[in-house]
Amino acid sequence: MAQDIIRLLKQRYWQNVILLLAAMLIVYLSYPLFFNVQAEYLNTDILIFFLLSVFIVFIAYIRKQPHLSEPWKQVFKNKIAMSSAVVLCFFVVVGLMDSVHFRKSGTHSLEMLSVLDVSLEYINKRTEKTYSAPFAIYSYAKENFSNDKGVKYRDYPRLKYAGSHIKEAEHTSDILKKSLLSILVGSALAGFVVVLFVLIFSYKHSLTFKETVKCIMDNSLEFPWKVALLSIVVLILLFNWLFYMSAYYHVMGTDKVGQDVFYLTLKSIRTGLVIGTLTTLIMLPFAIALGVMAGYFKGWVDDVIQYIYTTLNSIPGILLIVAVMLAIDVYIENHQALFSTAVQRADIKLLALCGVLGITSWTGLCRLLRGEAFKLRELEYIQAATALGVSHFRIIVSHIVPNVMHIVLIVVVLDFSGLVLAEAVLAYIGVGVDPSTISWGNMINSARFELAREPAVWWSLLAAFSFMFALVLAANLFADAIRDAFDPRMQGVK
Amino acid sequence: MFAYISRRILYAVPILIGVNLLTFALYFLVNSPDDMARMHLGAKYVTQQSIDKWKSQRGYDKPLFYNEKQTGLKAITDTIFYSKSVRLFVFDFGNSDNGRNIGEDVYQRMWPSLAYALPVFILGMFTAICFALLLVFFRSTYVDLMGVVLSVVMMSISAIIYIIAGQYLVGKVLLLVPISGYAPGISAIKFLILPVIIGVIAGLGASARWYRTIFLEEINRDYVRTARAKGLSELRVLFAHVLKNAMIPILTGAVVAIPLLFMGSLLMESFFGIPGLGSYTIDAIQGQDFAIVRAMVFLGSVLYILGLVMTDISYTLVDPRVRLN
Repeated sequence: MAQDIIRLLKQRYWQNVILLLAAMLIVYLSYPLFFNVQAEYLNTDILIFFLLSVFIVFIAYIRKQPHLSEPWKQVFKNKIAMSSAVVLCFFVVVGLMDSVHFRKSGTHSLEMLSVLDVSLEYINKRTEKTYSAPFAIYSYAKENFSNDKGVKYRDYPRLKYAGSHIKEAEHTSDILKKSLLSILVGSALAGFVVVLFVLIFSYKHSLTFKETVKCIMDNSLEFPWKVALLSIVVLILLFNWLFYMSAYYHVMGTDKVGQDVFYLTLKSIRTGLVIGTLTTLIMLPFAIALGVMAGYFKGWVDDVIQYIYTTLNSIPGILLIVAVMLAIDVYIENHQALFSTAVQRADIKLLALCGVLGITSWTGLCRLLRGEAFKLRELEYIQAATALGVSHFRIIVSHIVPNVMHIVLIVVVLDFSGLVLAEAVLAYIGVGVDPSTISWGNMINSARFELAREPAVWWSLLAAFSFMFALVLAANLFADAIRDAFDPRMQGVK
Repeated sequence: MFAYISRRILYAVPILIGVNLLTFALYFLVNSPDDMARMHLGAKYVTQQSIDKWKSQRGYDKPLFYNEKQTGLKAITDTIFYSKSVRLFVFDFGNSDNGRNIGEDVYQRMWPSLAYALPVFILGMFTAICFALLLVFFRSTYVDLMGVVLSVVMMSISAIIYIIAGQYLVGKVLLLVPISGYAPGISAIKFLILPVIIGVIAGLGASARWYRTIFLEEINRDYVRTARAKGLSELRVLFAHVLKNAMIPILTGAVVAIPLLFMGSLLMESFFGIPGLGSYTIDAIQGQDFAIVRAMVFLGSVLYILGLVMTDISYTLVDPRVRLN
């Protein structure tokens, strides 16, 4: 085992990977020195960046193994998977930006900011009094006024920030003008990205610029780059417009306390991603270890492990989550001293939720792995290894686990979208993330009462729904492509 | 057969004991009754006397496992573990934290739950099978592709969105049915029709896609080729032959959910005000009534295990090749 690792480390390729990881770690630890801020490392932040490094090592490993990279190429040859991957990348980038937390030093404020907060400060700082509709310049609620003669009347006040640069008559034309401008800028930006891509591509494959463009348009290359570029262009145009307009209006309206809904829904991305990925990270070691052990050792080990997961499985998932989360609530409530700030408390609750969701979701994977290990241990190459006196540990680590990884991968990607959706349900039941954490679940939950108002406040529901839908749909489509490429059984069905 | 069933039921006992110990550990070891009392009475400024009073009213003032003050059998029975956990095995749920008898509540509330969950179960399965068969009939055409995309889209929408949108459109804008509420007897229909439809639609995407793969696996079998070779129409092959054989995995897979129908649905019931076990549980969660939550967890696992036993039995009934051992 140790020798294998040393052998790998002697290769230039792996040295480069380690250098990259080390550079990332140094930047992550030292950036506060350059920006005059005080870094805050939340538990989930650390786990997210751990997950990111695992992910990088994973990609690096796959690239070197032809039998592993082949199905991945298959995935990316799928046009739908390609554009879903672009969308997922966008979500991941926003999520990562929102996972670097710090406090401004010098000030005594306890407010914790993330890189995303700082980049969106121009949206976040412009807080209105209460609800306002998308692109509105008047508030949702009437206020008391008095005219020159001192007569009191009630009317809708102008918003403090949104559209404060224009007169009422210019409203529509201003929106149109600004939209046009943003489309122009967005097109230029998108064009720049596309040209840059084509240049790099033609340089790498020693083609001329014209040839590359022709190949991409014909779809005659190995991967459907046309679809990928198209998705990127659409994303750039859309978000350029949203970000640009956000400087003048509230593009998705404001919520009850006047916060910009577009900002809130971008902040929710991190919560959704954390629940979808960290849950898996937490449960994966248990599921793999126990499942493979049960299938490999059989006998009493199998009995004990089967008993454990049947017991956990027999409690209906949502009730188990409820039971554990209530217990954790009580624990946090009575041990306030352990968590210094409200943010940390919310963070530990988010992590606990991931753990609980992990407890309910590992049993399925565990059972699948047990069955697969059961089959594998009877194969000749395992028996040969046993006959040669290879230890159990070694057989499991280097012969069984690599051969069940495709099942793990399929289950992980299929679970992701379910977990993101579960967050909304749990928020409604009242055992989800902390109410102070910004999440789609909390937004949808409060939207129930907003819809009952007259006139209905529909925008935060729509914003939360569209972002959640985009993420889950992209994840589902991507998961389908992965399953088609990795699951041997799916080959015949298609 | 009888020996087989009784063996399966005996096998369920250690699992139930495990569930019981787990919930006991969660509620009495991780958090002591004092913690719960403090939570209930408001975390700060609570005197020890009021905590003790809260505990003694609800019977939480006993020792956990062994009561030294009592003698004989009483030393074991007069404890929290016996009175709160062991009694669950004879379905004596005791009283909720605000003094009502949980057993009676459960008995009353399981019927509305069933009235909602049973139609959703049957109708949902029926529509999903029809939809899946339609896709299989048009397999590898654009209809199939669009259908699969539609199912993925439907899967990607949160159940809460279906409920809120349905309630808003049908109840508030179109004013067709009441938004929420319940009436016993036959008049329940007008309250149940909207939640049932929403429940069916919310589950359609995932199950239709799942059934489609089952049908597609079935369609490559030899007997299908034989049926086609006999000159049967494709419709007949699908509905008379494929459907019949594919029903075996579909039905046996669904059996496990039947006992859980009594539990209803947490989401639907509380959104639509159906006074079933689902909304009972939600109310308990929001009122932090731990006695009810514990009872529901236990009841849920009993029903799930019942479902497992029924699944095993249904396998042996449907497929004579499955041996009873």
